[in-house]
Amino acid sequence: MATTPQTTPNQDRLLFVLFAAAVLTAPLWASVIGAGYPDLLQKFAIFGILAIGFNILFGLTGYLSFGHAAFLGIGSYAAVWSFKLFTVNALPAVFFGMVFAGLFALVIGYISLRRTGIYFSILTLAFAQMSYNLAYSVLTPITNGETGLTMNQDDPRFIDNLFFAPEGNALPSTNLFGIEMTGFSGFYFCAVVLIIAFYIAMRISRSPFGMMLRAIKSNQNRMNYTGFNTRPYALTAFVISGVYAGLAGSLMAVTDPLAGAERMQWTASGEVVLMTILGGAGTLLGPVLGAGIIKYFENIFSAYNAQVLERIFDFLPDGIDHAAASVAGLFVGEGWHLTLGLVFMLIVIFLPGGVMEGFTRLRAKFSKPTVESSSSGSTTSPAKDSA
Amino acid sequence: MTLFKQGVSRRGLMRGGIALSAGLAAPQFFVRGAGAATYLNEPTGSTVTFGFNVPQTGAYADEGADELRAYQLAVKHLNGEGDGGMLNTFTSKALEGKGVLGKKVAFVTGDTQTKSDAARASAKRMIEKDGVVMVTGGSSSGVAIAVQSLCQEAGITFMAGLTHSNDTTGKDRRRNGFRHFFNAYMSGAALAPVLKANYGTDRKAYHLTADYTWGWTQEESIANSTEAIGWETVNKVRTPLGAGDFSQYITPVLNSGADVLILNHYGKDMVNSLTQAVQFGLRDKQVNGKDMVVVVPLYSRLMAQGAGANVKGIFGSTNWHWSLTDAGSQAFVKSFGAEYGFPPSQAAHTCYVQALLYADAAQRAGTFAPCELGKALEGFEFDGMGNGPTLYRAEDHQCFKKVLVVKGKENPSSQFDLLEVVEEVPREQVTYDPNIPQFAGELGPCNNGA
Repeated sequence: MATTPQTTPNQDRLLFVLFAAAVLTAPLWASVIGAGYPDLLQKFAIFGILAIGFNILFGLTGYLSFGHAAFLGIGSYAAVWSFKLFTVNALPAVFFGMVFAGLFALVIGYISLRRTGIYFSILTLAFAQMSYNLAYSVLTPITNGETGLTMNQDDPRFIDNLFFAPEGNALPSTNLFGIEMTGFSGFYFCAVVLIIAFYIAMRISRSPFGMMLRAIKSNQNRMNYTGFNTRPYALTAFVISGVYAGLAGSLMAVTDPLAGAERMQWTASGEVVLMTILGGAGTLLGPVLGAGIIKYFENIFSAYNAQVLERIFDFLPDGIDHAAASVAGLFVGEGWHLTLGLVFMLIVIFLPGGVMEGFTRLRAKFSKPTVESSSSGSTTSPAKDSA
Repeated sequence: MTLFKQGVSRRGLMRGGIALSAGLAAPQFFVRGAGAATYLNEPTGSTVTFGFNVPQTGAYADEGADELRAYQLAVKHLNGEGDGGMLNTFTSKALEGKGVLGKKVAFVTGDTQTKSDAARASAKRMIEKDGVVMVTGGSSSGVAIAVQSLCQEAGITFMAGLTHSNDTTGKDRRRNGFRHFFNAYMSGAALAPVLKANYGTDRKAYHLTADYTWGWTQEESIANSTEAIGWETVNKVRTPLGAGDFSQYITPVLNSGADVLILNHYGKDMVNSLTQAVQFGLRDKQVNGKDMVVVVPLYSRLMAQGAGANVKGIFGSTNWHWSLTDAGSQAFVKSFGAEYGFPPSQAAHTCYVQALLYADAAQRAGTFAPCELGKALEGFEFDGMGNGPTLYRAEDHQCFKKVLVVKGKENPSSQFDLLEVVEEVPREQVTYDPNIPQFAGELGPCNNGA
């Protein structure tokens, strides 16, 4: 963990270009695994942003926030209110989502960062749960409670109504200067934002500020004794991370203008933690991979039903195919949580550094013959930042 | 920090990225135009796909499981397998058990998790990936309304499953959405006379309400109809959906001076709140010189099963009950029982009927296009589906039919025989004007999605 990542600018550039290319070509390669439809691709990108942001806090400073879903929800509510009050353009919605989540993160972070470790986690969890309950019942006039906040026919939409005459009586859909934010155009918008978010995270991670955050993770006390006040740094990381979550939340609202309180529930906060750990905390790519894996399970595995399974196991002899289908049935459909749990356990036990550690090990294996790389100790550090 | 100082410039990279994205997006737009479909997801092969979006986890999972069973049975009957069920008693004879419009019916399923977000994600998957022409299901009004507006925007038909809120066909009604199930207003209109006959006109009611769209509208409707028979509403308390423990809400009821507890809960929530109310001795208590009583406005057999002996003597209303003796109900109970070994719930009934009604409308309209198909459903009058003569009203896409007032049986003969039908309230008594204040909404234009 103490090893500082030593990557050359060239390596970083290559990583960034490959990442951008992979994200933008997602509709092509994702359709091979049955995930090439806009809604899931949007989710990949959005939760990728959320996980990247979470990683800036957890991966770099080691502060485990259990309340990130609160910022996600605030981003969504702010975005939908921007649609309702001002305009159905996506940019103001994203802006307000980030601003409100950032302000909220500043307040929560200021209070929570007075404690470290488990106490910090519990504090953030408490704040998130408080926000959830507020959104769910107390603030119903603002959040519309369990039903969720949606756009209405009779919303004011001041800016839109100022410039355009309201046309027909159909509900306007969210757009970016005329490009509708549904389907593949919605995905490309999210994808471009994801690539920008990734680039910023990379720059943060490689900057002196990022180094400072890593120092907080390795030994905060020593930092304090040398005269550094670490709290402003941790607070900045917390706010940046909250802004990322707000950005993800507002994008959720942009692609589907609905904000529900369940987005702030503790299970949603837990999901982000799972994504980051599954992919590899502290790495740049890991959180995005983790987000992709979890969303893939949630959307694809949960859709397998008896009919589909029978078709898959059709090649087996009679009798065995039914048995195979019923056994497999436990792990798909409503049992997808079980499969995810198993995968998570396997990864945490055998690859504590997440999927990224798997890649690192594989690479080390194939480059063994060269003497130099075997001495770089790449297998010992689960939280390696390269790749 | 010295990234991008030389070599690829940042601006060049961004340009490249944008060009790449535009290039990649282009084929998608061409593909969309090339199909020249007249409506979204027009089936081209030998099958047509329906989307069954039901809660498989969460507070309404029991209902969801039963709904899925009913849908699978409906698909069998539509494809000509099994005994045909209600197709034999249905007054429209357009369907012949050979699929719909010559296409075999296939289906995909999804888990709504009783959450709007998850339900919409799952419905979007069905529309974008699996190419369904229709989404049906839902066991929560919040979810049903969210999915209904999604289907409206996307341009496919939504056939609501179990959703009892006034809003589904009230202020949130949509042109592409249809509901067979009854609603909170009808429950109130059907229950009030029975409550008056049994409990008199001088009562004080205390509401515990599930805190979402269905609970709110049911609370409003029941309060209105009980106040119309002279009852007084003492208090209305909102409880979170899926709370599990209701003791903190039930204790105050005992000292509130109320002598009727109205539980606007459903599913596991109702099982828990009713069980706890009985455990707290609510039903043995005397208030204002009268026995304290509980009313559960929306009842279901699955809930009665969960609450066991606690439901004895408690009044409520349902859309349908398996003990009905008309030919349609009998045919459905028989084929459901033969398939799964127990009688269907009202959730199963309404979902089965919705699937059949949709298929029939498609057959009569000659297309799956939502606009044309919708016209075949609007104002459609039919019978033989277990509720007597039924009208799909054109103004709000709500079905009007008999409503059952039921009571927990004192001496059940089996684990399924828990409710007895007290009264079959005729359709006229529960019919209302589509634009009364609780319901006023706009269907808006229909959307074929292409």
